[in-house]
Amino acid sequence: MRRGVTVTFLVMVLTVSAAAAFVQQPAQPPSQGEFVPVKELPQHEQLPAAPLLVAAYGFVWVALLVYLFSIWRRLSRVGREMDELSRRIAERERRA
Amino acid sequence: MKRAYGPLIVVAMLMFVVAPVLVARAPFEATMGMVQKIFYYHVPSAMVMFLSAFICGVASAIYLFKGTPRADRVAFAAGELVALFGVIVLVTGPLWARKAWGVWWQWDARLTSTLLMWMIFLAYLLVRRYGGPGAEKLAAAMALFGMANVPFVYISVNIWRTVHPTTRVVPTLAPSMKGPFWFAVAAFVLLYVLLLTLRIGLEERRAQVEHLYLEADEG
Repeated sequence: MRRGVTVTFLVMVLTVSAAAAFVQQPAQPPSQGEFVPVKELPQHEQLPAAPLLVAAYGFVWVALLVYLFSIWRRLSRVGREMDELSRRIAERERRA
Repeated sequence: MKRAYGPLIVVAMLMFVVAPVLVARAPFEATMGMVQKIFYYHVPSAMVMFLSAFICGVASAIYLFKGTPRADRVAFAAGELVALFGVIVLVTGPLWARKAWGVWWQWDARLTSTLLMWMIFLAYLLVRRYGGPGAEKLAAAMALFGMANVPFVYISVNIWRTVHPTTRVVPTLAPSMKGPFWFAVAAFVLLYVLLLTLRIGLEERRAQVEHLYLEADEG
């Protein structure tokens, strides 16, 4: 229980720190004298879309599968607990 | 219904396998190109998140005013799914924004209100988990505030000046983009209904375990 509270507290502190980092605005770039057409951008400044797209779809799949797995694990745990309790109650009734 | 879980989960998973194929066949958007295809998973996740927040809020109201335990179990299950689909929205959105806007995040009305709504539901889950006896009622009141946020998040893009696309994007989609989009929406809604049913089942089993513990203690 205490460990859970500590972990939750740490996660919240990290979230707030990350948000604060986002708030800090980066230094303004110098004024631009001309516009550069997107096709003429140097290779190192072009951001490929495919990795972002794959990351987004991959994340959705992983999140849903992890959640399904967590439900299945919790259901199995509760099922085991129910069986154990039913067995104990039945045993006690047999003795009485 | 229980017998239908397996086949329906298989159908939902198949839809998730087919959806990327349909999305890949959909045309590229003129200004954003390939990265716009994130939209086909990002928007359905947001729709399901809103739906779940609404279900959680209504069930919490029923629990608060009538004290129905089943409504509380539905609210808890729906609250957890708001957190799940919320994290999907908040991760896929910045992945799209990095390419479309050049930054991962903007503190504009839509993004900030979505983050706040998600955090309200996280707080709801934390209160339920660590709040001790009677925390269910406090959490239910929080869920009402979470639900009240939904229309605000939805219309924020139309009221305030924001970089996020407005709500007019979906109704004006090109026919070749509509098919994959609504297919993805159907897949997300089907999966949501299945996950919600499974999650409510888990809460009902937990209630049965508590009942069995009481029975065992009485003896």
